[in-house]
Amino acid sequence: MKFTLPAFFGRMAFSALAALIGAAFALPLLWFLFAPFNGRAELGLTIPDPFTLNNFVTVFGNSFAVQALWNSLIQAVGGVILVGSAATLAAYALSRSSIPGKGAVTYILLLFSSVVSGSAAMVPIFLIISAAGLMDTHLAVILTFAGGLLPTAMFILRDFIDSIPKSYEESAMVAGASPVQAFFDVALPVIRPGIVVIVVWSFVNIWGSFLIPFILLRSDSNMPAAVAIYSFYSEAGTPVVTLLAAYSLIYSLPVIALYLFVSWKFGFRFFGGIKA
Amino acid sequence: MASVEFKNVIKSFGDFKAVSDVSFSIGDGEFVCLLGPSGCGKTTSLRMMAGLETPTSGQIYIGGEEVTHLHPKDRNIAMVFQDYALYPHMNLADNIAYPLKVRSEPLARRHARAKEVADVLKIGHLMDRLPSQISGGQQQRTSLARALVYPAKVYLFDEPLSNLDAKLRLEARGFLNHLQRDMGMTAVYVTHDQAEAMALATRIAVMDQGRIVQFASPIEIYRRPATTFVANFVGNPPMNLVPVTGTKGDGKLQLKADGLTIAALLMTDAIGTALAASSSLTLGVRPEHLGIATPGAANTITAPLFANENMGPESLVTIDRGDTARVTARIFTDDHLDLGDTVTLAFSAEHVHLFDHHGNRIPGTND
Repeated sequence: MKFTLPAFFGRMAFSALAALIGAAFALPLLWFLFAPFNGRAELGLTIPDPFTLNNFVTVFGNSFAVQALWNSLIQAVGGVILVGSAATLAAYALSRSSIPGKGAVTYILLLFSSVVSGSAAMVPIFLIISAAGLMDTHLAVILTFAGGLLPTAMFILRDFIDSIPKSYEESAMVAGASPVQAFFDVALPVIRPGIVVIVVWSFVNIWGSFLIPFILLRSDSNMPAAVAIYSFYSEAGTPVVTLLAAYSLIYSLPVIALYLFVSWKFGFRFFGGIKA
Repeated sequence: MASVEFKNVIKSFGDFKAVSDVSFSIGDGEFVCLLGPSGCGKTTSLRMMAGLETPTSGQIYIGGEEVTHLHPKDRNIAMVFQDYALYPHMNLADNIAYPLKVRSEPLARRHARAKEVADVLKIGHLMDRLPSQISGGQQQRTSLARALVYPAKVYLFDEPLSNLDAKLRLEARGFLNHLQRDMGMTAVYVTHDQAEAMALATRIAVMDQGRIVQFASPIEIYRRPATTFVANFVGNPPMNLVPVTGTKGDGKLQLKADGLTIAALLMTDAIGTALAASSSLTLGVRPEHLGIATPGAANTITAPLFANENMGPESLVTIDRGDTARVTARIFTDDHLDLGDTVTLAFSAEHVHLFDHHGNRIPGTND
């Protein structure tokens, strides 16, 4: 393809503008990558000088912060297992059974879901958890998140399962499989890409949340990382930038790792190529 | 192999009656086609045989045993689905062997058996592929192999060839025909393609609006269609139906319609009964029984030419009698005809079908 001169300069200008906008978004990320290795990091972006791993050493020396990462993992994995399994079973039932009014059920649940883990319901949730005697436990956080994430997860999965022909399970049952066998042998592998989406989505949601664990947990030994970040603030309320940056980098790694793992193993794609 | 029987089966979805009071029985080793337009209840009937739908009322028997409320897995049947329903995450070997897996056959035995069936169907070299990596025709044969891998009492087919292109469909049709005769299997086959039904079935059940209109051998359905619906559904192109007014004169039946000349027909009691109810009858003549008239022909229809389609060995000549009342003839000559030419088509009295004002065949004509 041959460009005329004005068109050539037009494209140059467009690319330059795009690069400028891109840089504006890239700078904070660069800071995020550089600051943890900088012995004298501040809020400005600088090349690490002196380059050091001391920030990480200090962070790992903080037993509260390390315990918090572990707590985050327990709460996120627990929540993901509960949301993933319950949403799969519920969405499958809602999609395949002929319960009257199942459409209305899904939509009403979706409507309420924004309430459960939203700040508006904080007081009732606090009272319920307190009355159930679950205050200051991982289970309290896991259950609250399951309540908040399940409806949306069910909604997304139901839509996904609806788009999968029933004939998969029907052919399995005609071939001699029980409904349970047909579900595990045929339906589950086919809807796995949908489940993976739910797993990643709910993991990120729980991993990054601050308000609910902050309210439902009491002791330092149960706090997740999102809350523990505050231990890198001085008593006057100013952040210790070096440690905060190092901890933030560690905190974000599991999410990145999960994404890379899922995209390597499952590829966020659906089976295709079968004529319907 | 086993027989299949429906007794007063009704299936309603809300207010809609998909199948209304259907009774029939299919003998051991028969190949029965359920033929009809979409929404006639043929697929619903098949799904009730498979146990994928439960009848609202009535009973279903397979091999003399009542299965009306039995789960599909307990019926020992095999089914080929229209969309093939191949499991996308299993390779062909596992797909074909799946019915053996749920029957707890050891892995080596079931893979050996799957390979055996696949070789017969000429897909034995593809056993490691995923369904998405093979062609449509191969997918169709894989789904057939999965149905044949274990001995079932009844084999059910839900429009299995409708996703294939024309050439592959003919090939698969011939293969299915041979296979069924060879194995002597009891098969029920749903289709909306009358040519498929004619070619495959030992008997055809023509369905319309949830009822069986006629259940007979293909040749019987072709020669003596029970209603104008059957006449209009079977045959390619379908039978020409001309509304006529019948009167009794000189002890014979006189038929009148625009552009139609027809010698008086012999009067029978059945015709007399039909005439007593209403003088409006329907005259049916198959396109293959019409030809360009020679001078002095006794039975003719005349109208301007509407279309002349040359199909190679034959031509389809359609004339338009006004108000889209068209008559088509299959003619084995290539006479040149121009649009708007007045064409006279002739037929012999022995090929005449007569239907009363309800559209039911008047017995006695052309038997």
